[in-house]
Amino acid sequence: MLRRTSLFIPGNNPAMLLSANILGADSVIFDLEDAVALNQKDSARMLVKKAITTFDFSGIEVLVRINPVSSPFWKDDLREIIEAEPDGLVIPKATKEDVIAIEALIEELEEKYNVSKKVSFLLIAESAYGVEMIAETLGCSKRITGVLLGAEDLTADMEVVRRVDGEEIDYARKRVVMACKAFRVQAMDTPYTDVDNFDGLLADTEKAKALGYTAKAVINPRQIDYVHQVFAPTHDEIDYALAILQEKERAFTEGIGVFSYQGKMVDQPIILRAEKIVAMARKLGLIT
Amino acid sequence: MKNSLNREVPFNPYQGIRTLEPRTFEVTKNVISGNKYRESLAELIKELNIKDGDALSFHHHLRNGDYVLNMVMEEVAKLGVKNLKVIASSLFAIHKPLVELFESGIVTEVYAAYMTGPVAKAISEGQLKGMCMLHSHGYRATMIQTGEVTVDFAFIASPACSMSGNVSGSEGPSNCGVLGYAIADAQYAKKVIAVTDYIVEPKDVEIKAEWVDYVVKVDKIGDPKGIVSGTTQITRDPVGLKIAKMTLELMKGSGLLKDGFSFQTGAGGISLAVAKDVFEYCKKEQVKGSFASGGTTSYLVNMLEAGIFEFIYDVQCFELDAVASISRNKNHKKMSAAQYADIYNPDNIVNRLDFVILGATEMDTDFNVNVTTGTDGVIMGGSGGHSDTAAGAKMAIIVSKLVSSRISVLTDKVTTITTTGETVDALVTDRGIAIHPRHQALIDHLKATTKLPIVDIHDLYQMALKLTGIPERVEHEQRVVALSQYRDGTLLDCVYQIKPE
Repeated sequence: MLRRTSLFIPGNNPAMLLSANILGADSVIFDLEDAVALNQKDSARMLVKKAITTFDFSGIEVLVRINPVSSPFWKDDLREIIEAEPDGLVIPKATKEDVIAIEALIEELEEKYNVSKKVSFLLIAESAYGVEMIAETLGCSKRITGVLLGAEDLTADMEVVRRVDGEEIDYARKRVVMACKAFRVQAMDTPYTDVDNFDGLLADTEKAKALGYTAKAVINPRQIDYVHQVFAPTHDEIDYALAILQEKERAFTEGIGVFSYQGKMVDQPIILRAEKIVAMARKLGLIT
Repeated sequence: MKNSLNREVPFNPYQGIRTLEPRTFEVTKNVISGNKYRESLAELIKELNIKDGDALSFHHHLRNGDYVLNMVMEEVAKLGVKNLKVIASSLFAIHKPLVELFESGIVTEVYAAYMTGPVAKAISEGQLKGMCMLHSHGYRATMIQTGEVTVDFAFIASPACSMSGNVSGSEGPSNCGVLGYAIADAQYAKKVIAVTDYIVEPKDVEIKAEWVDYVVKVDKIGDPKGIVSGTTQITRDPVGLKIAKMTLELMKGSGLLKDGFSFQTGAGGISLAVAKDVFEYCKKEQVKGSFASGGTTSYLVNMLEAGIFEFIYDVQCFELDAVASISRNKNHKKMSAAQYADIYNPDNIVNRLDFVILGATEMDTDFNVNVTTGTDGVIMGGSGGHSDTAAGAKMAIIVSKLVSSRISVLTDKVTTITTTGETVDALVTDRGIAIHPRHQALIDHLKATTKLPIVDIHDLYQMALKLTGIPERVEHEQRVVALSQYRDGTLLDCVYQIKPE
């Protein structure tokens, strides 16, 4: 499934839960953690479960952010939510130990509720320890499909302030994305918190894309189109990719093993990249 | 008897859209000589010889900041007369004192194009002893011009007025921009009284001295800040913004959004978001429209000043920025309600519209729209220009969330028909766009050339029911408290007295 944006939606907001599938995000994260006050955790769990089992969310990915293992809420979150069969869970402040504990309980619950669908994990790397240990964490479960960098908690942990240019999270961004590439899971960039600054959002998303991120979490629906715009291939990229694939076909027909295009040697990684771009462009309806 | 929409009405049933022979109306007022000026409203009211059953008219350009209706009726109430008709172009919360006059039988009939607040609630509860007629802005001018309704005394809140009775809406401390809804009253009422707080020889005369019988000065005719009543801000709701985007795509897909296009939108949050999106599209693609019309907001003024439109034709201002624009933009033109939407005037502005973007409280699968009553049956609005513009524009687009606060905009039968589905072309909701089936060619074209989610309105209705379940109908009393009129004067529907809470 295409996942360029994951939109956080407070788990205790019925109107927003109802609208979740019409806002344009590729995936939504129903939040039981930060967006929900301590005295509303129970009702939010029930509301999210009811929403998932009642409304038709076909066409988008539905994730639920549970409370961290360091809190007293995570087991109740799982007991309520697993039966509803969301597509995935978002695990905050994820460490290897947390993921192992969560997976163990999930396996029990899946058996208890006779759930056949394996829920996936999107980890949030949002502590210095979590970022440093990310490769080790990624190796501990096959359910992991991606890592979201959580810059707000991370910078608090690092005792530094957030900057407009993102310099303070540069190392974390690079470390997370490299680990994700190594484990063939998606790297999702941290949300851009100034919801009225769309130029800033575009620049921040471009920076993440340049590092290898293929998605960005969003906290306001108005951010979705801007992020999608960045992660969509440009017309030039599509034209170049199509030309590469055409040359590849020609070379294959002519029995040429290695070929060049516009004076540059075309090797396998370039072909793979071109294929990805064309596939993405087709998926987005940019080409037929 | 039943009308062609299968609604029970007491007389003059609506029989479908009619093309009426054009008619022109002459103003045949005697030129009034002598001193028209009076120092005291109270004394003037005594002098007017108002009798039982007379009709008194008022305009609403000061909207929720209007003081004139209340101050006039307070003096009229002292005369001991009964059974008066109040013909107000609209009524707002500020007009609450009128309710006491319903109870005492001083006012027993009301005509309005729009009403909200305590007066609307009182009428819904059956406190008005006679009938309330709810018509469109266009039909108000029509009914006064044709004499279907006689105005005995027109009290015109006049932001600027000369001693002889030349009136302008766009000068003075209570500047409201334009007096479009007061023109027919001034031309055809038996007696015309300009009530002003600013005596001056106005530069831009809208109401001529020859139509005016009396000029009376009061301390203050209103508070212009009250003009900004209702929503005049672009929605920030992401669902509303999505609907606006879809609407722009529909407009593009229709083929009508091109050089020379004309456009009207209301002041609701989604409608204004459409205006903003149209503005940005026109700037980017260098599309230049001919005119925007209607109640004017700052968003239309911005478009005029950016050269997106050549003209604004303005019948009332919704915002103080729009009021100010009239003085600084020569192409921001004032118009009367008759020029705007009189059904006998084939050149009226609504007939020249390409697009109108409108809201809805309810809509049914026949595309009939209710903007008169809430789902609880209480009057909370009225046509205003809704039915006029829907009938005139090439493409009348209703924009609404499919489900809002657990209530679906779509229903099997609207509580009150304000605008007939025969004049509505499309409904744009967050979960799909329904085009009226009479436009099959457009449906096919949009499906073939756009990615818009075009759906049958019955399917959209089912989608809504899946989310809300089947709502129970609110029961009402049998007494009819108001009649909803089409712009030709025929009756679309009845509004019934609500049951006590």
